[in-house]
Amino acid sequence: MTDNRKIDPTTGTETTGHSWDGIEELNTPLPRWWLWTFYATIVWGVIYTILYPAWPLVSGATAGLLGYSTRGEVAAEIARVDLSNADLTESLINVDMGGLKDNEELHRFAVQAGRSVFAANCSQCHGAGAGGVVASGYPNLLDDDWLWGGTMEDIAYTVRHGIRNEDDADARVSQMPSFDWLGAAELDATAHFVRSLSGLAHDEAAAQAGADIFATNCSACHGETGLGDREIGAPNLADAIWLRGGSHEAIIQQLKTPRMGVMPPWQARLGEADVRAVTAYVHGLGGGEAAMDTAQDGSAD
Amino acid sequence: MSNAAPPLFAAREPIFPRQVSGFFRRLKWVILILTLGVYYVTPWLRWDRGPNLPDQAVLVDLANRRFHFFWIEIWPHEFYFVAGLLIMAGLGLFLFTSALGRVWCGYACPQTVWSDLFMTVERWIEGDRNARIRLHNAPWSLRKARLRGVKWAVWLLIAVATGGAWVFYFADAPTLARDLVTLQAAPVAYSTIAVLTATTFIFGGFMREQICIYMCPWPRIQGAMMDPGTLTVGYRKWRGEPRGKGGVKRQQAAAAAIGSGDAVARYGAALDINSAGDRQSRSGDVLGDCIDCNACVAVCPMGIDIREGQQMECITCALCIDACDDVMAKIGRPRGLIDYLALDDEPPTAPQQSAAVAGYADAPAGDVAGATLPPWQPKPLWQHIFRPRTIVYTTAWAAIGVALVVALFIRPEIDMTIAPVRNPTFVTLSDGSIRNAYDIRLRNKHNESRDFRVSLVADSPLELALEGASNAVVNVPADTSRLQRVYVIAPPQIAAARAQRSDLRLWVEDVTSGERAYGNTIFNGKEGSDERGTD
Repeated sequence: MTDNRKIDPTTGTETTGHSWDGIEELNTPLPRWWLWTFYATIVWGVIYTILYPAWPLVSGATAGLLGYSTRGEVAAEIARVDLSNADLTESLINVDMGGLKDNEELHRFAVQAGRSVFAANCSQCHGAGAGGVVASGYPNLLDDDWLWGGTMEDIAYTVRHGIRNEDDADARVSQMPSFDWLGAAELDATAHFVRSLSGLAHDEAAAQAGADIFATNCSACHGETGLGDREIGAPNLADAIWLRGGSHEAIIQQLKTPRMGVMPPWQARLGEADVRAVTAYVHGLGGGEAAMDTAQDGSAD
Repeated sequence: MSNAAPPLFAAREPIFPRQVSGFFRRLKWVILILTLGVYYVTPWLRWDRGPNLPDQAVLVDLANRRFHFFWIEIWPHEFYFVAGLLIMAGLGLFLFTSALGRVWCGYACPQTVWSDLFMTVERWIEGDRNARIRLHNAPWSLRKARLRGVKWAVWLLIAVATGGAWVFYFADAPTLARDLVTLQAAPVAYSTIAVLTATTFIFGGFMREQICIYMCPWPRIQGAMMDPGTLTVGYRKWRGEPRGKGGVKRQQAAAAAIGSGDAVARYGAALDINSAGDRQSRSGDVLGDCIDCNACVAVCPMGIDIREGQQMECITCALCIDACDDVMAKIGRPRGLIDYLALDDEPPTAPQQSAAVAGYADAPAGDVAGATLPPWQPKPLWQHIFRPRTIVYTTAWAAIGVALVVALFIRPEIDMTIAPVRNPTFVTLSDGSIRNAYDIRLRNKHNESRDFRVSLVADSPLELALEGASNAVVNVPADTSRLQRVYVIAPPQIAAARAQRSDLRLWVEDVTSGERAYGNTIFNGKEGSDERGTD
């Protein structure tokens, strides 16, 4: 065999004997340990595919002897975090919501947890930034105007039971009747009066005519000065916030065919801890009210 | 099968480096002790930062995302300091390689340092080169098993200490040491030690030069970093060849070697080589200075022959210089047959000879007519060190270094970033006011809790409110950062509420020290926005 070795005269290196059009391949041997490392990786790969999910099948893949799955790992991690937060969660369930802010650590925990709950469950309607969607009548949760109240307790109740749904007997319910039986002139006058409540541009004469119509038909719920009533979710008409639009046409539209929001109950789905967490989060978005404000009956500011 | 294919894989040729002494060996000892000392001792240095902060001088605190280096504390948002240091390390390598070749490989690379340490242990236990070769070739016996066992045990101890020292950089060293001994440390600490122990044991004990030749990318990059003006370890072929035992008349020999009648006369004079020791072989052939004693090969930890010219395997550890100088002293010839040299200082060799000798292969053919060559003088050392290339590297290196130091000293004690909330850009309040929200991150780098007062400066009379606080003061605990939502409210009729955008500056003041910092941002009014909801 030694006799058959060919040495390349230029480099003094042995050739492999392969020749292509007279070009010969020099033999620079790889280290043997490299070869063994290569075999070791193959062995590793085979063992890996036996132990871990690997081979694709028609539906799914081989499970692997260790029964590992990324889903399982996530579940285990969530369980681990839940366990480490068990004390805080327990405290949150038992705390008086009105006094939650006094416990800084618990409040921070609730707000952080609530941020995730909100993103997963609430942002579909209220928006990722909680700014609401005016065109669809989803309320803005950032401002200081609350249809049903903005204290911790009020928000928690709304989250628990929802609004105008048929799934929860305790859901907040109210209904604005249709005023399409009013004549066009009366509707026009009423709309002028409603706009006058918050100082928007209006026809003074028409507004005065509308005042009587408002006093007869609307003030029972919205109050004589249009400040609304949180007990029955009647919006404040004297502020700058219009859930269904504040234009003259939009007000007439709402008078003729009232649209009212529906919110599902979340108690069963979220559980008490998450209800309280998302309440703390929403309360901290900029419009949350302290408990004592409720005594002032609907006046947000 | 007589014409079977040649083997495509080769077993590692065992290398038995001989002990050597000399200047470079001493230099390597000093560097070895320094580098290992720094590595092992650093985590144990204490540095008092006061309460609430770790007292370890150098600590990479991954859990709390802090890097402590004596009086310097790096937060995650200041990672550019680490990036800058890495760039400096890269430029430093370019600099040293272009000036002095692979000095990093030869002296400071952990693979070299630990291999050197392992070889020293090997020498203590199994003896020097010849004893180790005999032991290697001997069949297994009780003595061989005992020597190998002791050697591997000591290697393993060093390896464990190496891996063990590494984890101390990431946790309080005394606490972690106690936890490690009492088996209470985190699993990741043990697995890190296990991995580093295994790599140290295998790389330092068994892989050694294989790491440099086959696994490390740096030797390949060296070629691009070095040029003929770079000082590197080389063999003065014109002086040494033809090699052989005995002898006289070196001038003619060397002349024959480089194919030029008076080349050695010229070059030799420049190198202060006199003809007193000219040699001749027993058969009367004239010989160069190399007596072919193989000392340079025997001491080489990479197992190469430096006389074959520049090689990728050579880590320029310079031990062959020590070995050859020793031999030159014994035979009464000047030192430096193997030496740090620049290839462009060396005389060119004849093309017909250079073809077989790597390293001299690039010599221009026209230069061999010695008679027409100008008097030759090697450049002084400083001309090899201070060249445009090295000056550019040094300048860039120093510029980044100065920039980092300046950045370190001018960075504020209090630190704030402002993130305007853009979803939605503004909120209309029930009285018609326009409210913008900003998340400001306040960083308290002190070791005590601090209060920060937030205020604003704007052209319009804007109001400021903090979420969850009745006044404009935020408390930030020691050595932490805090995200605080800040509301800026514009009353309905003022310019900022009506305009599309107006400028706003938020100030933060450390109530304790009075230090202030500000950030500029924008207040979004309702001009130009979708106003269906409000009017």
